[in-house]
Amino acid sequence: MRVAVIKGGRSLERAVSMRSGARVEDALAGAGHDVTGIDAGEDLVGRLKAGSFEAAFVALHGPGGEDGTVQELLEILSIPYTGPGVAACLRGMDKVLAKNILRERGVPTPDWVAFNSTAFRELGAADALAEIEEGLGFPLVVKPGAGGSSLGVRFAASADEVPEALVAAFSYDDRVLLERHVDGRELAVSLIDGEPLPIVEAAPNEADQFNYEARYEIGRTTYTCPAELAEAEARAVSEAAVATWEALDFAGFGRVDVMLGSDGPQVLEINAVPGLTDTSLLPMACEAAGISFDEFAERALTLAAGR
Amino acid sequence: MEITARPEVISLAGGLPDTTTFPPESFAAQMTRIAQESSAEALQYGPTEGFERTKDVICEVMGVEGMRPDRDDVIVTTGGQQALDLIAKTLLDPGDVVIAEGPTYPGAVPVFCSYQADTRQVPIDEHGMRIDVLEETLDSLAAEGTAPKFVYSVPTFQNPGGATMSLERRRALVELARERELLIVEDNPYGLLRYEGEALPALYELDGGDYVLYAGTFSKILSPGIRVGWLCAPPPVMEKVVLGKQAADLCTSTLTQYFVGEFFGEERWMDYVDDVVAIYRGRRDAMLDALERFFPAEARWSRPEGGLFVWVTLPDYINTTDLLAKALRENVAFVPGEAAFTDGRGSHSMRLNFSAQSEDEIREGVRRIGRVIADQLDLYRTITGEHRMVEPGAAAAEEPSADVLPLRRRPRGERD
Repeated sequence: MRVAVIKGGRSLERAVSMRSGARVEDALAGAGHDVTGIDAGEDLVGRLKAGSFEAAFVALHGPGGEDGTVQELLEILSIPYTGPGVAACLRGMDKVLAKNILRERGVPTPDWVAFNSTAFRELGAADALAEIEEGLGFPLVVKPGAGGSSLGVRFAASADEVPEALVAAFSYDDRVLLERHVDGRELAVSLIDGEPLPIVEAAPNEADQFNYEARYEIGRTTYTCPAELAEAEARAVSEAAVATWEALDFAGFGRVDVMLGSDGPQVLEINAVPGLTDTSLLPMACEAAGISFDEFAERALTLAAGR
Repeated sequence: MEITARPEVISLAGGLPDTTTFPPESFAAQMTRIAQESSAEALQYGPTEGFERTKDVICEVMGVEGMRPDRDDVIVTTGGQQALDLIAKTLLDPGDVVIAEGPTYPGAVPVFCSYQADTRQVPIDEHGMRIDVLEETLDSLAAEGTAPKFVYSVPTFQNPGGATMSLERRRALVELARERELLIVEDNPYGLLRYEGEALPALYELDGGDYVLYAGTFSKILSPGIRVGWLCAPPPVMEKVVLGKQAADLCTSTLTQYFVGEFFGEERWMDYVDDVVAIYRGRRDAMLDALERFFPAEARWSRPEGGLFVWVTLPDYINTTDLLAKALRENVAFVPGEAAFTDGRGSHSMRLNFSAQSEDEIREGVRRIGRVIADQLDLYRTITGEHRMVEPGAAAAEEPSADVLPLRRRPRGERD
């Protein structure tokens, strides 16, 4: 099959995407496909049109790749592509929209409040901060409404820390959310075609418990797969992930991030194009399920072609 | 390609000299002469220590700054960066303590880290490294029963801080090195790029080469693309450095050493340095003017007498790694201050380069960054309803904050 692997781009997650894409290219080329890696830039559509591709593997993280933009272009060009469709990407990328849908469908997600900067600049939202903080409690988590990895995500342990965290989050998006912090275990459920894979647990080192960004550095977080969970816990977490997948109408593959607190699983978000590097969580989960990366890449392509 | 290297981005991030200033016809003539007269030699391996001709040139360049190195103490390296790497390779065992300035050259951080050094950073102020704090650090290390393997300093037009160590502190540092038998590594890539003020003696000159190792480079006075730098070290260190260099790359490019020989043989190199200095002086002034015009009153910045960089410190509630994400959307880039520290400090500072862009681009770039900062400050004030002022001298005295480096290497997560 003639396959375009779309990667890179201009987002802050460019470097990771280049690695994800390279790994997918290797896997698909090894399986005998005619693979072309495309660094998403101004010539993307031109190259897609010229290449007479039978399918596209979207390995583009962040805005452009996960917000439905590339998917829309591929729809126009009638090239089947991996991962969820345009609308599902839009729902997944927008954390606020995703949480609203999850709440409507009864999928547990931590309490939150979302604002755009206009609310602060023009509508005096700052005057409501005390009530919000009281409602959510401390520590709370401040995040950009869209955007990837942990960029701009901060814990605020007290009211003093909230303004700085808000300014940081607004650096990445015009909308931010303040979310109740769930004290518990950090889990990730990867899914292929809606089927959950073994759960990965990320355990940050003690010192980095409230340093969100430090959690993503080598050696500062320990990953376990399958996560050591009681059978009922694991089932509840996987069910929450599947419910999320269904609520947001996902397709292909994806990853749901979940906190397991004392009151059960709470879904944080879903990722339309999760990392596929050799240290990423979806490949780790595949391995635990006995699925090689080559098999995963082939499966993703088959699902794309079958849509 | 890094996202900061996109063509539409005005990058004030790099440390690039402006190589468009080098006349292509001279380059062509010099390379032609090499091809006609020394083709076989220029294409062959060379001695690990470098050609004698290159060492002559190095002695000449150092002579202009008042240094008289013994030729046997000089080794030609693949850029100044290799000089740092060879020093670290030769002197450091895992866990050894290195003292650097805070902030320090961002390119030195991965060198010390890769040899698993325990890097301690001594703050700088407008007169360079705080020698009093250095003494306190040495005392507390001594109390722990240890001592640093060396002190790494860029005393002249420091990267990234822009400060130049005063003569008094230079003398004090050299004296301290003697008293405590402490090695100093002097990194001096910018010494000849002075735009105002009187030249100060190098630490190497003051010390006479006993306790001071010296790293130099042709990158800023000729070209970084030729990758030719050098290291001056006393014989016991040099022996090991030569072994390390053999293991690393056998020898520095013979072709580019020939080019250095040709270029300096024309005896017009100081004219070229003067040309470059005139251009960079204009760009520095353009940047300082633009900062005055476009940056908010809460910002503080260095006023370098030479070199390539201005160091800016913002109020402590502005994180420059986050700010960079916003700045990139405005198509402008800088280096977040955290890259100049090993311990997460510097998160409210940024390094701006003025050598690589035209004066117009510098003004536009600074204007864009200023607008992004103003936007953040405005938002902060709106959220808090207060107006906080940054403390003067916060660059040197700021508290350690979140222990993070910009742009995650290995994200777990949400979209990894």
